[in-house]
Amino acid sequence: MRYHPHTPEEIREMLSAVGANSLDDLFRSIPAQLRLKRPLAVAPAQDEIALFADMRRLADRNEVAHPPFIGAGAYPHHVPPVVDQLLLRGEFFTAYTPYQPEVSQGTLQALFEWQTYVCLLTGMEVANASMYDGASATAEAALMATRLTGRRKIAVSDAVHPEYRRVLATYLASTGDELVLIPHADDGRTDLAALGRAVDASTAAVILGYPNFFGVVEDVAQTAALAKQAGALTVTVTTEAVALGLLRGPGELGADVAVGTFQSFGNPLQFGGPAPGFFATREANIRQMPGRVCGATVDKEGRRGFVLTLSTREQHIRREKATSNICTNAGLCALASTIHLALLGRRGLADLARLNFDRARHLRAAMQRAGFAPVFSAPAFNEMAFEVGDPEAVVARLAKKGLAAGVPLARWYGADPKLKGALLCVATELHSPELIELFAREVRG
Amino acid sequence: MNVPEDLKYTKEHEWCRLKGNRAVIGITDHAQDQLGDIVYVEFPEVGDPVKKGESFGVVESTKAVSELFAPVSGKVVEVNDPLSDAPESINEDPYEEGWMIQVELSDPKEVESLLDAAGYQKFLQEESE
Amino acid sequence: MSNPTGWKPSMEQAAGAQAGPRPDVGAGGATRGIAYEEKLLFERGSAGERCGVSLPRPSGDFDPARELPAELLRGEIGELPAVSELEVVRHFTRLSAWNHGIDTGFYPLGSCTMKYNPKSSEALARLPGFANAHPLLPEEMAQGSLALMYELERALTEISGFAATTLAPAAGAQGELAGVMMIRAWHVARGNARRKVLIPDTAHGTNPATSALNGYEVVQLASGPDGRLHPETVRAAMGEDVAAIMITNPNTLGVFESHIAEIAEIVHAKGGLVYGDGANLNALLGVARPGDMGFDVMQFNLHKTFATPHGGGGPGSGPVAVSEELVPFLPLPIVVKEGAGYRLVTDPAERPQSIGRVREFHGNFGMFVRALALIREYGPEGLAATGRLAVLNANYVRAKLKDVYDLPYETDSLHEVVFTDKNLKPTGVTTMDVAKRLIDHGFHPPTVYFPLVVHGALMIEPTETETKETLDRFIEGMRQVAEQARRDPEGVKAAPRNPVRARLDETRAARKPVLRWRPGMQVG
Repeated sequence: MRYHPHTPEEIREMLSAVGANSLDDLFRSIPAQLRLKRPLAVAPAQDEIALFADMRRLADRNEVAHPPFIGAGAYPHHVPPVVDQLLLRGEFFTAYTPYQPEVSQGTLQALFEWQTYVCLLTGMEVANASMYDGASATAEAALMATRLTGRRKIAVSDAVHPEYRRVLATYLASTGDELVLIPHADDGRTDLAALGRAVDASTAAVILGYPNFFGVVEDVAQTAALAKQAGALTVTVTTEAVALGLLRGPGELGADVAVGTFQSFGNPLQFGGPAPGFFATREANIRQMPGRVCGATVDKEGRRGFVLTLSTREQHIRREKATSNICTNAGLCALASTIHLALLGRRGLADLARLNFDRARHLRAAMQRAGFAPVFSAPAFNEMAFEVGDPEAVVARLAKKGLAAGVPLARWYGADPKLKGALLCVATELHSPELIELFAREVRG
Repeated sequence: MNVPEDLKYTKEHEWCRLKGNRAVIGITDHAQDQLGDIVYVEFPEVGDPVKKGESFGVVESTKAVSELFAPVSGKVVEVNDPLSDAPESINEDPYEEGWMIQVELSDPKEVESLLDAAGYQKFLQEESE
Repeated sequence: MSNPTGWKPSMEQAAGAQAGPRPDVGAGGATRGIAYEEKLLFERGSAGERCGVSLPRPSGDFDPARELPAELLRGEIGELPAVSELEVVRHFTRLSAWNHGIDTGFYPLGSCTMKYNPKSSEALARLPGFANAHPLLPEEMAQGSLALMYELERALTEISGFAATTLAPAAGAQGELAGVMMIRAWHVARGNARRKVLIPDTAHGTNPATSALNGYEVVQLASGPDGRLHPETVRAAMGEDVAAIMITNPNTLGVFESHIAEIAEIVHAKGGLVYGDGANLNALLGVARPGDMGFDVMQFNLHKTFATPHGGGGPGSGPVAVSEELVPFLPLPIVVKEGAGYRLVTDPAERPQSIGRVREFHGNFGMFVRALALIREYGPEGLAATGRLAVLNANYVRAKLKDVYDLPYETDSLHEVVFTDKNLKPTGVTTMDVAKRLIDHGFHPPTVYFPLVVHGALMIEPTETETKETLDRFIEGMRQVAEQARRDPEGVKAAPRNPVRARLDETRAARKPVLRWRPGMQVG
C-alpha cells in the first residue's frame, strides 16, 4: 500500500531493535478480549484508477452544470485558479498549527494578513485567526457578550440565517442564557420598534444579519444606537462577504462585534464546508475574544516576525476557564480567502461587489418582466426573494432541467403567510445575463 | 532566591508587608521566576473585599495562568495600576515596584498563621525535593 | 578558433575562488535553502489601478447610489493593497518557503498524527460535482454528495465499533462539544443533568473546556505512576452526581488505558456515560475499537487519523460516533437511505430528542471526500496495517533513544512516545532548546511541554507513513543534539540558525499585542 513504505525486511529489523517478535506483540497492553478478531467490514481496497472511476461516478450524480441560483448562506462565486495553485503548495497545505513559529512564518504572516483583511472589510479593530464557520462564530459572539456584560439575554433578529439561529440555540441550551426572537418588518428589515421593546437592562447583545437572510441590508447604525442605550452589544452576521465591497463595514456603523463567513472569497461551495468563519471586534474586547490570534513581534536579531499570541485565553492553558473550547481554526480556508482578496485588491473588490449588485438587478428586472415581484421592499445586495406562487413546485420543475432555482422561505418561515410563495434567489458574477433570462423564463414555465 | 526577612509568606508564594492595619501584597521572587516573563495581570478594584485563601486575581505569562490567593482578609484600598502597562516590574522587582494590592485587614489575627521568611525558605526547600 | 560567447569556463579558476567554511548539513538534510524577505501585502506601495483578477464589466444600467442610502455605501477601501497577479504569486510563493510542512520533512508532532496528505484526495475533492455543489441543492440534484456521506458514516461507524455517527461537527473540539451535549441531553431525559465530569490529568485542554461549556464541574483524576488511570481512582470519584468520564485512549502519553473495561463498568454502574476522545485513534485502527471497550460516544479527528490536510491549523472535521443509547440525541442533519436514494433529515420533528444543530449546513464535506478516498484505498488490510506500523515506528524511535533521553514511564508506548529533558539537566539545555536545534537538522520539532503531567515533555509521533530511513535520520539528529548539549550547550541554546527567524519574542507579542497591520505600523 503506497502510504505504508515498510518492506518486510525493515519490519523484521525494527521488531528486532524493539525486542518484539511480531507486530501483534506491540499491542500486549491491550487486553485480549478487547482486540478485534476479524477484519474491519469496509469495502475492499481500491487502486487509484478504480478509486477515481468510482468517485467520478459519484460526483457525476450531483448536477452542477449551471451555477445555482441559491445563496442562503453559501454563495457561488468564481475562484481564480491561482488561489488553488498557491494553496496547494505543500509548505502551506501540509503544515500544522504554527506552534514552532520559526518554521511557520509563512502560515503566520498569511494569518496576520487575513486578520488585517477581516478588520479592513468589517471596519473593526481586531480579528482572530478564523473560526470553524459563521454559525459557531455567532454563538461564540453571543457567549462573549454574556461574559463582557454579565447579562444573560440575547436578542436575535428572525432575519438572521435560520440555521445559524438553531446553532445559537444549541450552544446556549446548556448555559441557561435566554434567546429572544425579534420579528422582521414587512420591508424585510428587522422590526426596530419590536427590538426597542425587547431590549432592556438584561440584554447582553442584539444580533442581526448584514445583509440578512433575505438579502436585505439592515439599518445597523440605528440598531447599534438602540442597543447601546440599553448597554447591550451589537453583533452583525455576514454570510455574503462580497457585500463588504460595496457596503460600509459594520464597525463603522456602530457594531461591537462582526462575525460570519468569508466563504465567498476563495472557497468553493463544497456542499457546505469547510469555509472560514470570521470574528472581529473592538480592541477593548481582545481578552474575551475566542480562538487563536496571530501577533507581530521581533526575533532575537530584531527582525520582525509573527507568533500566535494571547494564548492564555485558550483551552490548552485555561482548560475549564477558557473563553471557548475551540482549538483548530480554518487556516487553509482563511489562506484561500487571503489569496483571493490579494488578487482582487482594492479595485477588484469594489468591482466584484458592483458586478454582483448589477447581476442581481438584472435578475430582478427579468423576474419582474416574467411576472414575479420582489417580496421585500428594503434594498438588498445580491440576494432577494420573489413571489412565485408555489416555490416548491418551481424548485422541483427546474431541478428536472438541471437548474437549482433558489430556496423556498416557507421551509424556515412556514408560519408566516406572507412568505408562503417566496423563493429566495441569488445572482453573482457567475450568472450571465443570458442565463438569468433563461432562468426567469423557466420559472414562468 | 531572594526571601526578605521582614515579610510574611504563604505556601502559594505570595508575600505580605504589614504597615499598621494594612497589608501590601505581591508574589515572591520564586513565583516570578517559575512563571517566566509576566505579560498580564488582573486585579480587583479598590473597595472590593478579599478573603484569606481565596483567589483575588490572576497573573499570566505567555504559557501559564496563575491565580493569586489572598494571604489575609479585608478590603482592597489600593491597586498598583501601572502594573497593567508594565507587568515586567513584577519580574524585575517583585517585592517593591511589583507590589500588587494593599488591603485593610478585617482580622489582624490571620497574620499569625502566615509563614515567616525562615518558614518560607524551608517550604521552598521541601518543595524542590 | 574563436569563442563568441566571451565566457571562458575554467575549473581551476572556480576552485581557486576563496572557499568559505562549508555550511552544516543537518541530520535531516537541512541547509539554508532559498528564502526571501517579504513584507506584508499592505506595505507594498499600491499603484491604484493594479488588480490580479479578470472580471467582466458591469452593465452600467444600475446604480447602487439610487437604491442604497449614501451612509451605507463605501468606495474603495484605501488601505487595501493593489497588486498584480504576478506579485501575488511571488508573495505567497515566498511565504510558503518559510514553512516546514509534512511535504518538506519529518513532522513528528505528538498527538497530531502528521501523516502524509494524499494528493489523490485533493484531486477528488476538486471534482466539480463535489466542489460546486450547493448545500441546499434539491436532494435529487445532490445524490452523489449524500451517497458519499452515507458511505463515510457507515465506514466510520464500523471502524470505531459504534451504532451511528454524525458527520456535522467542524473539528475535534466541536465534536467533543456535541458529544458532551448528547450526554447531558441523555441525562436530562432521565430527569437529572448531574453536575460533574471526571477527567484524567493527562487530558487535552479541550476536554475540561468542553465540560465547563456545558455547565459541568470538572473533577481531575490523578493518573498512576504507570501513566494509566486506575479503577480505584475512578471508583472513589464516581457517584450519582457524575454525568460522565472523559478518557483518551490511548492517552496523551501514548499509553493504552488498559483498565478501560473496568472503568467503564464502574461509571455505567452508577448511571454515568463514558466519553472517548478519539484523537489518538490512529494507534487502534484495525486492532481494537473504542465501541467494544465500553465507550458510549467518541469523536474522530479526520485531520489526524484520516489524513485530511492540516493546512496551517485547520480546517478539521470532527464526526462523532455513538452507541445505540445516544442515537436519538444525534445532532442534525442526518443522512438516511430510502430505497435507492438518500435524504437529509433536517426537521427536528423527525428527531425530537436531537440536540439540534451544531453548525450550519451538513459538515465539512470537502474533508469527507478526502477521508473516504483514503478509507477506500486502505480497505480492511490497509486499515489494519496503519495501526500496526504507526505503533512499530513509535516503538522503534523509543528503543533507539531511550539510552540517551529520559523515559518518564516504563509503560508500553503505542503510537507515540514521550521523553523528557531530565538527562540534559546538568548541561542547562532544555526541551525547548532541543526542539529549536532539531529545526537546524531539518526536522519539525516534536510536541513540547505536553502533556502537563510530565515536566519538560517531548512527545514524538512518527506515524506509519515514514520510512525506516527517515526515522534513522531523526534518531541520529536527536542523538547529535544530546551530544552537542554536553559538548557545546551554548551552541544548542543558540538554535535555530537556519530559518528566516530565530527565537521570536512571545513576551513582547503578549504584552504589546499588534494583531493587524495599520499604516505606519511599528514593532520592535
